[in-house]
Amino acid sequence: MGRRVAIVGVGMTKFVRRAQETGKELAYYAAKEALDYCGMKLSQIDAVVIGSAPDTFDGVHMKGEYLSDGAGGFNKPTLRCYVGGGTGVFAVICGWYHVASGLIDSCLVVCEEKMSSYQPHPQGAFLTIFDHTTERPLKPNLLWIFALEMNRYMTTYGIKKEEIALVAVKNKKNALDHPAAQLKEEITVQDVLNSPVLAYPVQRLDVSPVSDGACAIVMVNEYLARRWTNKPVWVEGVGWSLDTAYWTNRDLCYPRYVEEAARMAYKMAGVTNPRYDIHIAEPYDPFDYKELHHLEGLMLCGKGEAPQLTVDGVTQRDGDLPVCPSGGLLGVGNPIAAAGLMKVIELFLQLRGEAGKRQVARKVRRGVAQAWGDLMQVGAVTVLGI
Amino acid sequence: MKVGIVGMGLTPLRPLSPELSYKELVYEAAVKAYNECGINPRKDVDTFVTCAEDYIEGTSIFDEYTPDQLGGALKPNHTVTQDGLQGIIAACLQILTGNFNIAVVEAHVKSSNILTPDGIHLCALDPIYVRPLNLNPYFIAGLEYDRFLRVNMINGIECGEVVIKNKRNALKNPYACYGENLTLDDYLSSDPVSLPLLSADISQPADGACVFVLASEKVATSLNKEPIWISGFGWNSGSYNLDTREWFYLSYVEKAAKMAYQEADIKNPQKEIDFAEIDDTFSYKELQHLEALGIFTEGRVFAKLKEGAFHPEGEFPVNPSGGSLGMGYLYEATGLMRLFVACLQLKGKAGEFQLKKADKALVHSWRGLPTQSTACLIIERR
Amino acid sequence: MKFLGTGLKDEEIKERKVCLAYWKADAKYAWDCGIAIGKYLAGLKEGKILGVKCEKCGRIMVPPRIFCEECFRTIDSWVELKDTGKVNTFSLCYITWDMKFLKEPQIPAVIEIDGASPGHGIMHLLGEVKPEEVKVGMKVKAVWKKKEEREGAITDILYFKPI
Repeated sequence: MGRRVAIVGVGMTKFVRRAQETGKELAYYAAKEALDYCGMKLSQIDAVVIGSAPDTFDGVHMKGEYLSDGAGGFNKPTLRCYVGGGTGVFAVICGWYHVASGLIDSCLVVCEEKMSSYQPHPQGAFLTIFDHTTERPLKPNLLWIFALEMNRYMTTYGIKKEEIALVAVKNKKNALDHPAAQLKEEITVQDVLNSPVLAYPVQRLDVSPVSDGACAIVMVNEYLARRWTNKPVWVEGVGWSLDTAYWTNRDLCYPRYVEEAARMAYKMAGVTNPRYDIHIAEPYDPFDYKELHHLEGLMLCGKGEAPQLTVDGVTQRDGDLPVCPSGGLLGVGNPIAAAGLMKVIELFLQLRGEAGKRQVARKVRRGVAQAWGDLMQVGAVTVLGI
Repeated sequence: MKVGIVGMGLTPLRPLSPELSYKELVYEAAVKAYNECGINPRKDVDTFVTCAEDYIEGTSIFDEYTPDQLGGALKPNHTVTQDGLQGIIAACLQILTGNFNIAVVEAHVKSSNILTPDGIHLCALDPIYVRPLNLNPYFIAGLEYDRFLRVNMINGIECGEVVIKNKRNALKNPYACYGENLTLDDYLSSDPVSLPLLSADISQPADGACVFVLASEKVATSLNKEPIWISGFGWNSGSYNLDTREWFYLSYVEKAAKMAYQEADIKNPQKEIDFAEIDDTFSYKELQHLEALGIFTEGRVFAKLKEGAFHPEGEFPVNPSGGSLGMGYLYEATGLMRLFVACLQLKGKAGEFQLKKADKALVHSWRGLPTQSTACLIIERR
Repeated sequence: MKFLGTGLKDEEIKERKVCLAYWKADAKYAWDCGIAIGKYLAGLKEGKILGVKCEKCGRIMVPPRIFCEECFRTIDSWVELKDTGKVNTFSLCYITWDMKFLKEPQIPAVIEIDGASPGHGIMHLLGEVKPEEVKVGMKVKAVWKKKEEREGAITDILYFKPI
């Protein structure tokens, strides 16, 4: 895949329902932590990549410009990339192509989200994601499309809610060991099934929380990697794909866009048998069913088979394929773009053996992180390895 | 480093475009761009970049709606929420990794669909320190313009000459929609907006879509016998904060330009570059940018302006297309519009506004108020 | 890592223990429908659901577009579809967008329109049906607004009901 690109430093803030800090301040905290992690100074960074989801959350038009100084972008080449909910993992891809181009030696990637600014509820910001003429007059809310996709997935493969609820139980439990987590709790499948129905089949405990937070990583070329760390984590493959906006013309039972993105990333990484070549996965889990959906799209199991993988305990931290050992969005929280980057940070720590209490049982040399977004349309995939 | 421009399409700019939706407008530009290099986007394109901002579209997560009209569904697509030139840079970086051969860059705007442009511009200001003042965002241009006049000890007539030049140039450009023959009296009698800024100093919004096809050095000549080459690019962000920014000198523009000149191996931009399409969102910005871009430094800009150096037949033509003042302001698509008309010059296809010598050009963009975000490209024909 | 960041409690906001800046955005738009959606809306006003056909891939698509996004070519013809279809997927939605609970759910669904290619549907609401009786695969028909009340909008169809 041409020039090698490494991640050498990571940083993140706490994920909270409502942060006292402004978006800029959160971005600064994360960026500074990432630089400190590897001992770099901002002056040693050539370019900055910013990732953040819709401007309406913060109520700031041109949010990338607003965040730029907090993210370390002052007087530097700064680019803000954007693929909706997929932005957190895509920002890593954007950082990768900066460095892999050969023109930029070091790149600071910062993702921030402050969803608490929008009143009375951040869901309001999502009202305007639908087609302005053919859908918005029906006054849709965000949960509709996820409920529609979840129902289609369950109906097509005959999946039970009990099986899906296991994901929420696992991830929220994993989050108990994450110091930045917002929703760490021990719950049971019955708790999920008894939680209020929001939009059938989606219930309260199927859903990740609304969050504020920021994450950052430092990406450098092969020559600098050895200078700043003795354990670089390499970007082995990247892939992304955006399916048609005509989402009512697609079969929602399977995320083709994730498969396309994964194929691209695996090809670059030389992964031929994902189930064996990938040792750990952080798929995007804003809803419990999405972790399953995405495991299938990532070709880590067959279509409709992810629930069984979960039932069998394969995806637990001590399983053969640990999935969301961080606690995922369901447990750590979902400040959208920052949540995607949190997954990459988790892989970085796991691959280096620095995940502390969250360290998975098996030996891991290669992992995959994935994020998803838009109208059930975006797949962003990175394969990391040591 | 070289990336080839092998195809391009621009819809003629118009103040209104009720007959087409944004998707249909983009489709029209895309078909033209693909036709020029004979590619099928469903098979041949490796990656797509769109430049758009949610508040301008009136749709959150607008990147949802970007792939179909470009033929990019189920392929790598991403959005850059910056000017079209930053989108071109994102595509160039991807091509330079060696993993992509053909990239498409798109930007469009339906300015006419925005009913409350001032309300939206206000949302770009800092929500805590600045917005509560509830000033029309043009006040920032007024402040900057005032400082510009004072430091240079000029009175603003010079900016009137920029407006007159650009609007006259636009009369010869079929893509432009604000061409006119203006007199200095017309200019001076236009309404005050935020003095010294007059309404005639402000470029007017238009509707339009622009699509570019870029290719790696390896495949470019197989797609287009005479590609235009991007030999250098640079981009930079200054300070977003009004209270701590440099109000007079645009160091971010200088940094971006230096990056581009270095890559393109340009030592003396004034001599080596034949002409420039540079940002003129406001009239004074053209002069301010000319200086920061290092073309006429140390106050020579005004003397050169008086000599008529920036006219199409002058020593260093600036905005022979008419720029934003003459063509129209396209928000995120503005940089692509400039790149399009600069490429027309290099191809010798600019018709009535064709320059005599056009082998190497500088294309520059600025993201408008309240930002200090800028990008530069050097393009040439071999 | 220090994991910085300060979480606020609801009371701290309500009791104004922290400073807040408020802003109501003045953001209004009037979107041009263009050719395809313009004709679609005109059809709805007449009580018809219109689709478009691409001869290359043979797909009949709804909602209409002037280009086939699969083949990247201009569509060939317009097709009048039926106002019936079947439920591809649905939800029973008990909350409003700002998380207030509803007693009776709204029932959004993707409805595959008869006459369009398999799997080609639109999003709309279901009505005149008990929540527990909604099924994937259920046949439904559009319930239209009265002719004189139609305005050329997707809401000219009030909802779809089972047949």
